[in-house]
Order: sequence, then C-alpha cells, then structure tokens
Amino acid sequence: MVEETILETKERKKAEKLEVVFKAIFGFSAITVGLIIPTVVFIVLLAESKLIIEKKGLIKFLLSQKWDPVSDEFGALPMIVGTLISTFISMLLATPIAIGISIFVVELAPRWLKEIIRQAIDLLGIIPSVIYGMWGFLVLAPFMATKVEPFIQRALINIPILNELTSGTSTGIDVLTTSLVLSIMIIPFMSSIVREAFEMVNPLVKESAYALGATKWEVITTVVIRSSIPGIAGGFIISLGRAIGETMAVAFLAGNRPEIPRSLLEPFTTITVALANQFTEADTELYLSALYALALILFITSFIMLLTAKIILYRLSRNGQI
Amino acid sequence: MLKEKIEVINLNFYYNNNHVLKNINLKIYEKRITALIGPSGCGKTTLLRCFNRMHDLYPDNRYEGKILLDGKNILDKDADLMKLRSKVGMVFQKPTPFPMSIFDNVAFGLKLKGIKGNELRDRVEKALKDAALWDEVKDRLDESALSLSGGQQQRLCIARTIAVEPDVILFDEPTSALDPISTAKVEELIVKLKENWTIIIVTHNLQQAARISDFTGFMYLGELIEFGSTKDMFIKPRNKLTEDYITGRFG
Amino acid sequence: MVKSNIVTLRKAKNSIMLLLCFISAIYGIFWLFWILITLVIKGSEAFSLKLLYLDPTPPGVEGGGLRHAFVGHFIIVSLATVIGIPIGIMAGIFFSEYGKRSRLFTVLRMITDILVSVPTIIVGATVYAILVKPLHHFNALSGIVALSIIIMPIVAITTNEMLKLVPNNLREAAYALGSYKWEVTLKVTVRAARNGILTGVLTGIARIIGETAPLLFTSFSNQYLNLNILKPMASLTVYIFNYVMGPYEYWHQQAWASALILTLIILLLFGITRLIIRERRK
Repeated sequence: MVEETILETKERKKAEKLEVVFKAIFGFSAITVGLIIPTVVFIVLLAESKLIIEKKGLIKFLLSQKWDPVSDEFGALPMIVGTLISTFISMLLATPIAIGISIFVVELAPRWLKEIIRQAIDLLGIIPSVIYGMWGFLVLAPFMATKVEPFIQRALINIPILNELTSGTSTGIDVLTTSLVLSIMIIPFMSSIVREAFEMVNPLVKESAYALGATKWEVITTVVIRSSIPGIAGGFIISLGRAIGETMAVAFLAGNRPEIPRSLLEPFTTITVALANQFTEADTELYLSALYALALILFITSFIMLLTAKIILYRLSRNGQI
Repeated sequence: MLKEKIEVINLNFYYNNNHVLKNINLKIYEKRITALIGPSGCGKTTLLRCFNRMHDLYPDNRYEGKILLDGKNILDKDADLMKLRSKVGMVFQKPTPFPMSIFDNVAFGLKLKGIKGNELRDRVEKALKDAALWDEVKDRLDESALSLSGGQQQRLCIARTIAVEPDVILFDEPTSALDPISTAKVEELIVKLKENWTIIIVTHNLQQAARISDFTGFMYLGELIEFGSTKDMFIKPRNKLTEDYITGRFG
Repeated sequence: MVKSNIVTLRKAKNSIMLLLCFISAIYGIFWLFWILITLVIKGSEAFSLKLLYLDPTPPGVEGGGLRHAFVGHFIIVSLATVIGIPIGIMAGIFFSEYGKRSRLFTVLRMITDILVSVPTIIVGATVYAILVKPLHHFNALSGIVALSIIIMPIVAITTNEMLKLVPNNLREAAYALGSYKWEVTLKVTVRAARNGILTGVLTGIARIIGETAPLLFTSFSNQYLNLNILKPMASLTVYIFNYVMGPYEYWHQQAWASALILTLIILLLFGITRLIIRERRK
C-alpha cells in the first residue's frame, strides 16, 4: 500500500518533469522557426550588406544605374526596376485570368469539370519553378522569338510608343517572355486563394441577388466579388510577393543584362536573377556585399508585403466575412 | 373579393432523383397572406422556392406540372427567370444584406432595371418608408448595410425586395434569426404589406402563421395535407395529421 | 420598349463575361498541358536507365548519366527532411496546444506563416554567409540546412492547422482521465491529426525536392559522386539549371529526363496527400 503510493508519487514526478521537458522542446522549436531563423536571416543580410552601404551610401546604391563589377560600380536600380517591371506585367496578365478561373470554377462549371480544373490548376502550382524556367527557355523562348515577337512587332510598327516598347531583336530572352512565364506560375497560386474567398461567400446572399432578378454576371460582380475583396486583395499581395521573389523561372529567361530595359524585347535582370547568376562569381568582398544588399531589399519588401496580406486574410478568417 | 394570383397544378419536384414534392395543388389569392407550415423536411421551403424557380441555380432538379402566375405557366422551359424573379421577390431565413451601402442595397434591383437619378432616389425612399425603416436610416444611407442590427437588416432586405415592385413576395422563415421585438416589427410589416402585395410565407412558428396569415397550407413528407383559411384550419382541422401537428403532438 | 432593350443588353453582357471566364479557364489549362506534354514527351524520349547509374562524361563527350546528382539530391533532401520535419512538427504543436492564447506566439505563428512564402534564394544567401564563407568552400551541409529551414515553416503551419481541426472535447475527455498535457497532446491530439500532419510533411518534401535557388551557392555542384556532406554535392535541380543553360543538345535531353523524373516524384507525393485527404473526408 505504502509502496504503491511511493511508486505513484515517483510516477507523478516523472510525468511532471516530462511535462516541463516537452513544453521546453516544443517551445524551443516554435521559437527557432518563428523567431530565431527570421532574425538570423535579417541580421546576416544586414551585416553582409554593411560594407557596400558604408562605401556607397544607401541612396546612391539604390538609385545608381550602373552595375559593373569589374570597375567596382554597384548600382541596384537596374535590378529593382527590372523586378518591378516583370512583376507588374506578370500580375497584369495573371490577375484577370486568375479571377476568371475562380469564377468559372466556383460559379459556372458543372461539378465534374470543377473538380478536374481545380486539380489541374493545383497541379500547375506544384510543378517546381526550375521546370517552368527550362520549358520557358527551351520551348517558349524560341517560339516567342520566331513567331510571336516578330508578329507583335509588325502589328505595332506604326503605333507610336507601342512600337518603341517592342523594338529590338526578338530573341525570346527578354522582358515579355519572362513576364509571361512568371504570370503562368502565378495563376494557379492566385486562383486558389481567390477561389477560397469566393467559396466563403454566403450562398443566401447570392440567392438574394438572384431573387431580385439579377443575371449571373451581375450577382458575381456585385455580390461575389465585392464580398471577397479582402480575399482577393490578400491573394493578390501574396502572389505579388511570389512574383518578386521567384528566381528559377526568371533566371533562365531574363538574360541577366544589368541595364534598365527600354523595350519589352530587351534582355534585363531582376534582383533574384542577379543573385542566382552572380553569387558564385562574386570575387571581391564589395561585390558580394552588393549582392547581399539586393537580397536584403528583397527580404524586406517581400516580408512587408506578406505581412500585409496575412493581416488582411487573418482578419477575414476571424470575421468569417467582412 | 378574392382573386387568384397563383395556381399550382399537379406539381411534382425532384431533386437528385428524390421525389421531394408530391402532386401539389394549391391556389394563392391576391393581396392575402398564405402561410406554409409543417415539420422540418416536409418540403415547405422547397415549394416556396419553386415560385421564383430558385432551384434552377443548382443542378439536378426537375419540375413536373404547372405553376400559373396570372394564368401563365412559370415552369415553361422558355420562361424568363430574370423577369420572373423581378415579379416574385424573396426574403430569406437570415438577413442577407449585400456588402454595400444601405442606399445601394435598396437600389440594387432598381439599378438593374436601368432606373437612375431622382427616380431612383424617390423609389429607394418609398421602399424604405414602406418597410418602416426610413426613420431609422435616413441619416446614414451611405453607411454599410452590415452596420445595421439584425432586425433592421431584415427590414432592409424587405425594402430591397419591394423596391422593385414585385407582384408576389416570398418569405422563407423571415424571423427565425431575430429576437422577439424585431420579430414583432417584421410581422407587423408583413401584415401591412398585404395591402399591396400577395404574400407567401414559410414558417415553423405556428403562432406566427395563426397571427398573420389568411390562408394556411399544412405540408407533410412532401405532400400538401390540408389547405384552407387559417381560421378554419386552426379551429377545426379536417385532417388528423394537421390536428396532431397544430396541437403540438409532433414535429 | 426601352426596358426590354436593357434586359437584352444585360443578358448579352452576362453571356459575354461568362464566356470570358470560360476562356480564362481554358487559358490556364492550355499552359498546363503545353508544359506537361512537352515534359512528358521530351523527358520520356531522353530517358534511359544510364541516366541513373552513370556519372557524367566530360563536357562535350556524349553519353554518361547523372547518378551523382540523383544520389546527391537524395542525400540533401532526406537529411533536410530529417532535420526540418521534427522541428516543424514540434513548432506546430506548440503554436496550437501551448501558445494559442499567448500574444507572442500568435505573432511568431504569423511570422512562420510569412516564412513559408519568403523567397527561398534569401535562405540560400543567408546560409552561404554562415556555413560556406567560414569554410571557404561550398558544401552539401549548407544546402541541407537551407532546405531544412525552408521545410520547417511549411510543416509547422500545416501541423498547426491540422491540430486546430481536432475537436476540443477529445482533449477534454483525455484530461478528464487525469492525463498530463504532454500525454494528451502526443497520445490523443497529435494522433487524431496524424494524417493531416502527414499531408503537411509530404507537401513540404514535395516543395523542397523541386528547390533550386537555395542550392545554387550552398551545396553548389560537383562533377563527381560525392558522399561527404562537407564537400560540394551535385543536385538534380542545379544540374538541370546548368545543363539547360549549357550548349550541348545531349545535356538538354538529360535535363528533360531528369525534370520528368523529378516531376513524377512530386506528383506521386501530391497524389498521396490527395488520397489521404479523401480518405479522411469519408
């Protein structure tokens, strides 16, 4: 009897000890992932880019157009502008399509087709970006160079501004092809988030709009899209972050030319392309530091963007609806 | 003077190959309130949703028989559903304000019809007055409809429905999500609407049916068991099932 | 008259816009098919078992295979998984079971959620500074660490989401039997969510298998078979990148075949997760 109690207290003590141990291990893992890793990333990037910022000054680094490692000239503007241009065009191409697909899947398609398209789009989302890149480089770029781009050039030759935007030799390794492949990568990503937002719309509210004699399209624009604006915005920003940070799909196609492109058919570079192509070539401390500064810009931009998106989506999921 | 507004003739309705409504025959009279009662799953809401063909929004359903609205069969293959739905309005179990301003909510159906400017403003105002909501919202028409209370939202939905001046208004358990005070207000409003509109209301609240309706249909397992004036039905039901139901012996 | 015009106009607009939605769905599917069909055709044409058991020939000399890259890829991904998965799962457990009401851990959970989408090349750059620069040469360990850092938040977030789905009365029932929190968590809650957690793990693996950018300047590449994780190690994705950018046709072919194999593995993992999810719905 007495022995049993002793045994029980022993057991209990052991269990209590385990309680603390497990909590500590789990907690430490959570802190590692949520705090230590991001902090280390930030500090390392900051420390490594210190040299270039001290030597050139932040503003000069950000705004200088010349990137010439041989003469120790490091200006980030071509990379920043290149990233902005390709991101902008790819979002322009992807957003309406992603919304269209979501509308089709949620509101129009019969059940069997809905499932097929949903799976197909999800599939498109899990293909590694290096495969998009190689397909873009080996298949799409030659096709663009020989068929699409000459055609566009001929069609726009007499239209001012547009003809300048499409001037140059059509090689397929340029802003246009890069943005196109980038947009194909973003579409599944964005449409899955938009689709989820559409699916959250209260069916009774939709029915009320139909009950007033609205057409399907009127219900979609006035009720479905309006109710899903936070979801669409969140999906848009996350996709934007994805487009800015995408590396491999772009690395094949941009051409890694550190100049601001004057035409859609010129090769260019982005922050990620510069990192992917030049990191292993950086032979001086200053060169490496300049690349780290690019990585820091990328990290801060995408972190802020994702944070915004998450806050929007977080509020949305907490309130159920706006 | 009673005038027929809707006549349901041998209506059968199938959903996913389930025979949900069985051989319904029924007359709805103009400018009267007709209540549909019965235990849940009896088909009363399904029947209600036939009158504006709400079922057509979803796949796998089939109607047989006729529903005549002013003598014209609305179940015809080539019936114009948009036109039908602007003639037969509907208010749902829960308030369903659209995510836009109070004004835009009421103006929604009117704008679809191409009504603009002063006429739009006047008709929104009139609808809100008819729905006894005007005094509460006239100073905040631009605010989001989602800022209103549940009872106000439901009256807003009624205003939105009557704004397009339908002939018939369908109410699908319109007070089931409301507190007693809001319920009383909505009931009062429904009775007032009878002056101008034909009303069909589905309710699981027997007292509500007794209080506000002129005619009542009792449904059970997809069939219309009994139909007649509310007074008669609640005082001397002809059918044993009806009697059991309204005396609370089941359901 | 005017009114019926408006109705016709509205109906026409409706049809046109819905048609556009249909076309955009077709547009999305079109690219998918183009990419997949090219991959399957070119990949299966170029595939031969030699790819799996031969090491590369010197550049320009046709033949050879990518045995070393397959082996390297396997080593890097599996070690990254071994490191990353437990930490990810444990972090997910903490977020859901211990830190739900703590403001600090709500924020940390959100940061973790953000890390899932942070550009992976940044992780590569960071690890380079920590594990490559001090050693003065590229090494597989740094690639392993980079991939494990990438998989951790993915697993943590799915674990967290899946544990959230476990009904609270299950936990309460276990507590009512006098269990300790760790017992409830590990023996009841985690067990109840194990299929969901498994889908998270598989998704994470599928994701890091296809990663290239974080390996470019960590594990780098190697022409020879190498089993030492302190030396540069070849990986399939980096080889695809280098071969595609290279001048030789047979390099491109080997890249297509490798890409096909990679995609098939990912599809397999994807298929398994779908099966698990479907199983659970039943």
